[in-house]
Amino acid sequence: MANVERPLSPHLQIYRPQLTSVLSVSHRATGIALAAGTLLLVWWLVAAAVGEDAYETAQDWIGSWIGVLALIVWSYALFYHLLNGIRHLVWDAGYGFELDVAYKSGWAVVIGSVALTVVAWLIGLIAY
Amino acid sequence: MSLRTPLARVRGLGSARDGTHHWWMQRLTAVALVPVALWFVVSVIALAGAGHDDFVAWAGNPFNATVLLILIFATFYHAQLGLQVVVEDYVHNEWVKVPVLVLIAFAAIFLGIISAVAVLKMAFAG
Repeated sequence: MANVERPLSPHLQIYRPQLTSVLSVSHRATGIALAAGTLLLVWWLVAAAVGEDAYETAQDWIGSWIGVLALIVWSYALFYHLLNGIRHLVWDAGYGFELDVAYKSGWAVVIGSVALTVVAWLIGLIAY
Repeated sequence: MSLRTPLARVRGLGSARDGTHHWWMQRLTAVALVPVALWFVVSVIALAGAGHDDFVAWAGNPFNATVLLILIFATFYHAQLGLQVVVEDYVHNEWVKVPVLVLIAFAAIFLGIISAVAVLKMAFAG
């Protein structure tokens, strides 16, 4: 099919954002962010296998303020994608499509992902 | 058992040329990742501040190495499937789409294997 430029009616500028659509695109966005983050995960793992010096270098980068910030963002993306992913799997099984249930589960994902991130980092910092 | 007729298989219609398998593998890897990813998060938290020796000992332990390998395989397969859908949704120029999809697939394979080799190295050679 030829890529002909056709006029499109506005959608993003018109359709009011709702919890359902926002969480849906966030699921995609966090997925992409997580995929990008795996590159750093691979670096860390390979560094550990290579030896002490490489591992320490990786640890220093992770421990820097930018590393910690990136890790916090990445861990939030992980918890969000995990919880919303479970929400998707429940839909795949055929449950939870009623609007009120979808909204409740949606809010549970938002609150749960923030809570899990906070708890995980609190435990990590206390343990460290 | 595939429910596709021979003609459907040959025609390969649809943007991905084969939809159902992709859908199922995405769900399968997702289900596997729920416990495995949680285990990984808990493990990383427990390993906070660990030195190199402790980390290698942990990763080299047979059980941990096994779950790590499962994590690596499931993560990169799931990521590749997910990114494939994103590309198929937004890129319509076939000349761009196909190379990008190939690149993503190759990257997933390469990163998966190098991570697995790292884990195996720590498991067998310390």
